[in-house]
Amino acid sequence: MKKITSALLTSAVIASPLWADPVDDTLVLNEETTLVTRTAAPAHVSDVLDEVMSGWLFRGTETRAMQADDFDNPGMIFVEQAQEAWETAEGTEGKSCSSCHNDMDSMAGVKATYPKWNEAAGEVRTLQMQMNDCRENRMGAEAWGYDKAPAINMEAALASVSRGMPVNVAIDGPAQSTWEKGKELYYTRTGQLELSCANCHEDSYGMMIRADHLSQGQINGFPVYRLKNTKLNGSHSRFKGCVRDTRAETYSPGSPEFVALELYVASRGNGLSVEGPSVRN
Amino acid sequence: MKRITLTLMALAASGFAATAEEIAPTNVSFDDGSVSTSLTGVPGDPAAGRAIVGDKGQGNCVACHQATDLAEVPFQGEIGPMLDGAGDRWSEAELRGIIVNAKVMFEDSMMPSFYKTEGFIRPGKAYTGKAADDTFGPLLSAQQVEDVVAYLTTLKE
Ligand code: HEC
Ligand code: HEC
Repeated sequence: MKKITSALLTSAVIASPLWADPVDDTLVLNEETTLVTRTAAPAHVSDVLDEVMSGWLFRGTETRAMQADDFDNPGMIFVEQAQEAWETAEGTEGKSCSSCHNDMDSMAGVKATYPKWNEAAGEVRTLQMQMNDCRENRMGAEAWGYDKAPAINMEAALASVSRGMPVNVAIDGPAQSTWEKGKELYYTRTGQLELSCANCHEDSYGMMIRADHLSQGQINGFPVYRLKNTKLNGSHSRFKGCVRDTRAETYSPGSPEFVALELYVASRGNGLSVEGPSVRN
Repeated sequence: MKRITLTLMALAASGFAATAEEIAPTNVSFDDGSVSTSLTGVPGDPAAGRAIVGDKGQGNCVACHQATDLAEVPFQGEIGPMLDGAGDRWSEAELRGIIVNAKVMFEDSMMPSFYKTEGFIRPGKAYTGKAADDTFGPLLSAQQVEDVVAYLTTLKE
């Protein structure tokens, strides 16, 4: 807790327009795994970006350090809670996640490919949608609310076992129309301020907008632990906040629009390492 | 002075509703990005304009612009050009046009249109994330635009 407070204080002091560019730093997780936080842009965004960069590069020194060590990363507390939930039987079938999937490590690599087309359902699904499908249809348990604590904690746990693996979501084949829809949303200037995701995160990353240092708005680090609200936050909740800040009527977490946007934004980070749970201010 | 008082009283009485001599957001006429006619006929107040430019809850222009004259306002953004010297670079009519709707002067500009009420996609009720309702109005009132314009004309180098 003491550590969190001091990190907050530090970021308040250093959040000045003085450092506009992403830092030149390398994210080494637990002193062993080097993560890819910047890499050549994937082909489908190379017309607008040369390089894609993790949001980690745009945060302050203390915040970056917290994410580099699992003992300092407050998000890992929620990952531990989800590890327990993984083993806990729930619902009418008396099953837990581990009844079907063994231990959590067997999920390594899964997060890197989501959102993903589900052939049987005929739709693109996020990890949370897939988790709820297991809960409702295999466990006979209730679905978790979108981006609510149990769901976001489990998403973070699944992300944690994929850390270091490159984001690699498929955008072609049956996923393509959803991807196109997400792309359209990304470039639509919404709300009374008429701002699109691209205005802030493609045209202006690296710059200060008031007290905020704009990143590329990548989601390879999601879910993120925010010092601001001291819990894990999902990408859809972040999208909602950003859309609200354009003085627009937002979409809801879990809505088809945000599922499409998640696929599109995730694809812009293809090649970056999975980092969740990451730490942000 | 009498006229100012009267207009102010009328404004106070009618909330943000247009007064007789006020030009409504849908009626502003542009010439090459400029708006030469005052929106209210009442001269702008540069001190009030200065406050609007620096205030997060009003113009919040400093979210994107820096101005040396506003040195006491922390965290000024860097999306748009420095406002220093704006009064040398632009005439009053041009500045009014830029504040009312910058996209007329600068195509596809990221700068929001401060005196516009139509043509938005999914307009919201301020920063609530909810849909706009009948309280929806321009980002700045006509007189606030005039105040900001009056302030910007004082920014000379
Ligand atoms: C008015 C500017 C603005 C707009 C428009 C905007 N954002 Fe953001 N966004 C921010 C700011 C400021 C932050 C916090 C600093 C940062 O990480 O860039 C942020 C953060 C994010 C993050 C978190 C990144 C991280 O590493 O933690 C994501 C993801 C994101 N935005 C996506 C989007 C998407 C998708 C849209 C469009 C639906 C959007 N944003 C529109 C300003 C904006
Ligand atoms: C979201 C960002 C944003 C906000 C908020 C914003 N502006 Fe701008 N402004 C810009 C950009 C970007 C430009 C440059 C024009 C262009 O190429 O789009 C600009 C241009 C200008 C110019 C012309 C600058 C010059 O000297 O060439 C003036 C004057 C100006 N803005 C004043 C204001 C005032 C006053 C406010 C608030 C009432 C404001 N702006 C709010 C982004 C913004």
